[in-house]
Amino acid sequence: MRYQSQAVAKPYFIAAIGLFIAQILFGLVMGLQYVIGDFLFPAIPFNAARMVHTNLLIVWLLFGFMGAAYYMIPEESEAELYSPKLAMAMFWVFLVVGALTIVGYLAVPYARLAQLSGNDILQTMGREFLEQPLPTKAGIVVVALAFLFNITMTVLRGRKTAISSILLLGLWGLAIFFLFSFYNPTNLVLDKYYWWWVVHLWVEGVWELILGALLAFVLIKVTGVDREVIEKWLYVIITLTLVTGIIGTGHHYYWIGAPEYWQWWGSVFSALEPIPFFAMTVFAFNMVNRRRREHPNRVATLWALGTGVMSFLGAGVWGFLHTLAPVNFYTHGTQITAAHGHMAFYGAYVMVVLTIISYSMPILRGREANSPRAQVVEMWSFWLMSVSMVFITLFLTGAGILQVWLQRMSDTPLPFMVVQDKISIFYWMREWTGVIFFIGLVVYVASFFIKGDERPA
Amino acid sequence: MSDTFTKSMARNIFYGGTVFSFLLFLALTFHTQNALPKRDNRAAITPGVTHGKKLWETNDCIGCHTLLGEGAYFAPELGNVYKRRGPDYIRAWIKAQPTGAPGRRQMPQFNFSEKDLDDLVEFFKYTAEINTSHWPPNIEG
Ligand code: HEM
Ligand code: HEM
Ligand SMILES: [Fe+2]
Repeated sequence: MRYQSQAVAKPYFIAAIGLFIAQILFGLVMGLQYVIGDFLFPAIPFNAARMVHTNLLIVWLLFGFMGAAYYMIPEESEAELYSPKLAMAMFWVFLVVGALTIVGYLAVPYARLAQLSGNDILQTMGREFLEQPLPTKAGIVVVALAFLFNITMTVLRGRKTAISSILLLGLWGLAIFFLFSFYNPTNLVLDKYYWWWVVHLWVEGVWELILGALLAFVLIKVTGVDREVIEKWLYVIITLTLVTGIIGTGHHYYWIGAPEYWQWWGSVFSALEPIPFFAMTVFAFNMVNRRRREHPNRVATLWALGTGVMSFLGAGVWGFLHTLAPVNFYTHGTQITAAHGHMAFYGAYVMVVLTIISYSMPILRGREANSPRAQVVEMWSFWLMSVSMVFITLFLTGAGILQVWLQRMSDTPLPFMVVQDKISIFYWMREWTGVIFFIGLVVYVASFFIKGDERPA
Repeated sequence: MSDTFTKSMARNIFYGGTVFSFLLFLALTFHTQNALPKRDNRAAITPGVTHGKKLWETNDCIGCHTLLGEGAYFAPELGNVYKRRGPDYIRAWIKAQPTGAPGRRQMPQFNFSEKDLDDLVEFFKYTAEINTSHWPPNIEG
């Protein structure tokens, strides 16, 4: 560790992994409710489990991003963090706010939670992914601002690199677009229109800048390739990202009441969105092939390459699959959407956070890399999780194709629930594969506890 | 990439391209805002609809159902449920939950008042009449 203050990243990463485990457990609960409908009803209704599953995902990824920034920014800026104390204080605030929110989802009916938490002051709750009570949303804003202040001050005082400016831009964008979660007009079309300014402009906009910055940082470290080359690539990739992704928001405006020209703007621009993901994959492999050193942390390199491949598959290929308006007309809001959502989130954001953790955690624990034995175990977890995610995606895609066929394309369309019954075999297979994913996650956690001969950092 | 294409050129293209795209997006948004009154059925927004939407949100219905194709995929699309089922069926259905049928997906009992049910039905009527460019493909949603 080159700067003492980088150490604040560690609790952020540990919290991230802890919440990841809880996220997957709730995924498995829902997966079972898909086939055994009354499982845990009424103790945990499906919608409560879903809020927990998706909100934990977002929160642990945010923990991961913040930890990554606290680790990277001192090293990039060649300066200690502006205020490690503030960073630690915000860690506890975020953890407590997050935990209370999850308890709230599970302990009381949602309507009661809304009443207790002051939803009547400003109604923001009950929209997908933005279910958090008002105090939680405010807490997120406070934590984000304190965090941004902290790292921006660090950058301003030290060396300015392309990686740190892009990371900052991504993180500021994340905070700014989150403000749209406070806008909730009664007019459903406007509500939905600006809801996507949070959701789409996050995952297909500013988060991709964060993704690129994290990946570039790790690639510089593990390959030793010249910073100039890597940062030039990074600029090219994120240019492609935003030029396609911003107007690409239109792929969500086809059927929600917006004007029909969005079918053209959305289809054309979002069809180009896979290009930056493809470039990212080529970039990662290219840099690893041109490496100038053999970094002892082999598994971090594996995660970096995996991020390239899986994000291209999940976001690029599965995104393209349903993004053209004439296709989306049939697939909109089906299991195809769920298939894509899973592989894209996993391939891009889960994997990039695991990449930076894999690279930096050993250093934070006082060694350059983990022992070869620990690395082999971590590689097992990489394959278990990634391969099961591919199969989860394939099974959901199978379910989705049948759903579209039976419910939407047939001359004698069947009702939703009848179709769900007919395709339940796919949900069973998804659930069992989810169990394997969970085993992979357990193996991942176990890899942190495996000893062996480690080289000191 | 060749040496004639430098990092600072790449950076300038990035900032230029981003600003241009965002401005274009804002222009399209401005146009959309002006075009919406003809499509979004805003004339039908009454206090009942407003309250219906609030009930929809504060009970997290979106956590199981889709509305105009967005939400969860556990239970049927409700953007067009007014056309599929009609007001009386909707009210009776919500009141009768949960079915308690073994192994079947369950919908909770929300203990709505008669007025609440009226407002929810009004909200569903409003959503069903938004111009969604003929989506969903058929009445099953
Ligand atoms: C890492 C990047 C991405 C992530 C994390 C992601 C995630 C998601 C998620 C979670 C949804 C479902 C939203 C909802 O619940 O309503 C979604 C929808 C969608 N995504 Fe992505 N996505 C990514 C990239 C892309 C790309 C590059 C494309 C196009 C090439 C794309 C095309 C779509 C489309 C068309 C929908 C709407 C599906 C529908 O109509 O139901 N996505 N995405
Ligand atoms: C491995 C076990 C997992 C299982 C069994 C599982 C199951 C589920 C289920 C049943 C849903 C709800 C679908 C619906 O609305 O009807 C869901 C939603 C979601 N899950 Fe998972 N999940 C798992 C892992 C993950 C992972 C690893 C991620 C992140 C990478 C993830 C991200 C999401 C997202 C983003 C949604 C919302 C999707 C959308 O709106 O389209 N899940 N999951
Ligand atoms: Fe999108």
